[in-house]
Amino acid sequence: MAEKNTDPDAAVLSQAEIDAEIAAIHAEYRAQRDAGGPVETNARLNFAPYRSSLLRHPTKSLHHADPEDIELHSPAFGHRDVSALESDLTIQHNGEPIGERIIVTGRVLDGEGRAVAGQLVEMWQANAAGRYMHKRDQHPAPLDPNFTGVGRTLTGPNGEYSFTTIKPAPYPWKNHNNAWRSAHIHFSLFGTDFTQRIVTQMYFPGDPIFALDPIYQSITDQAARDRLVATYDHSVSQHEWNTGYRWDIVLSGSNRTWAEQEEEH
Amino acid sequence: MKLTPTPGQTVGPFFGYALPYPGGEALVDRSHPGAVRLHGTVYDGDGGPVPDALLEIWQPDELGAISQQPGSLHRDGYTFTGWGRAAVDGVGHYSFTTLEPGSTGSEVAPYVLVTIFARGLMDRLFTRAYLPADPATLERDPLLSSVPAERRHTMLATREPDGSLRFDIHFQGEDETVFLTYPNTPQFTGPVD
Repeated sequence: MAEKNTDPDAAVLSQAEIDAEIAAIHAEYRAQRDAGGPVETNARLNFAPYRSSLLRHPTKSLHHADPEDIELHSPAFGHRDVSALESDLTIQHNGEPIGERIIVTGRVLDGEGRAVAGQLVEMWQANAAGRYMHKRDQHPAPLDPNFTGVGRTLTGPNGEYSFTTIKPAPYPWKNHNNAWRSAHIHFSLFGTDFTQRIVTQMYFPGDPIFALDPIYQSITDQAARDRLVATYDHSVSQHEWNTGYRWDIVLSGSNRTWAEQEEEH
Repeated sequence: MKLTPTPGQTVGPFFGYALPYPGGEALVDRSHPGAVRLHGTVYDGDGGPVPDALLEIWQPDELGAISQQPGSLHRDGYTFTGWGRAAVDGVGHYSFTTLEPGSTGSEVAPYVLVTIFARGLMDRLFTRAYLPADPATLERDPLLSSVPAERRHTMLATREPDGSLRFDIHFQGEDETVFLTYPNTPQFTGPVD
């Protein structure tokens, strides 16, 4: 068998070849699950269709650790860290950004369903043309001088968050020939324990690129993939102003005991 | 109630204008009497540097106390918040200015908790950078003693001649870093050796 080309920007494979690799991994997963194997709830780190993972995934099993004090706590963030204005990405410049104004809102919960209150949520995204305000994104789509695409907020007492922004577009990348990413917003979250730390991506319902996107498809289980897709929520849309999406985020279970959690409230 | 966690996804290549922030790498000022540099390089499976990784550290202070003070994103220059964030540079090198942590328990060897994000890395990885210590202290540590002896060195920071602490990270290879998983925090790697 030929050596795999590990240059993440080589773009030598066709979409059909990537699709076949994804289909084979998914079929193998489904067969294992149907035979009583574990249900995978997270993305695979070793997922060859995402070329840049080839040299950047651990090849050995993760080592089991019993969480210690530092891992059972998270850094604290407050209004010293985050201004209330940072959750509105449409007011960061002198003019209105171009694109479909949306509100993305939801709650941050832990694995037991408890609200994660007063914690930092960060997000970043491409603009309405699919271009990031990042010097390494050089694909020929326009930058928007009125849109940076970075937001921060603190969750409310019930774990709620809300961002006002512009709907990002899909964009091309060099994973394979004619590769496109599903439209997405990057999210970064903290929980009550540092072990709950997560960086992920939120997607929009009905994206036609889902099946072709090896990053989205690195989650082998359909139910798990669906957890990254927001729902359109008309109650979040506002008359003559914005459309609305709802996306709740569930962090992994806290490793603290319930009593320890309560002491801090 | 038990809910299934939301999956992670890669931080991608374009986090550089969003997540790093001024002062993120300086948990204390360089002029602090206890200031120490914690630095190293992130390597891929070919032994090449990873130029688009992001690291976070989270640690107790010199006495082993865990800060619950806000202000990591806008540091006041006096409060030790215990948390920092730094992107690697063009040759995969990161650098923090921090304090050497104290121990959080009688048998626990002091360490800095390290989280790694990168383009190509689908989900964050955790590891611990243990401070150099006498062998008995390291042997007693409940986690280190559970790691196969031939891999323990990957979790030990080394003291450089200039007094700084060096902690390299290897995603793969002979010196592949020991990455950690915790109860209640499922992570599926895909096939492993």
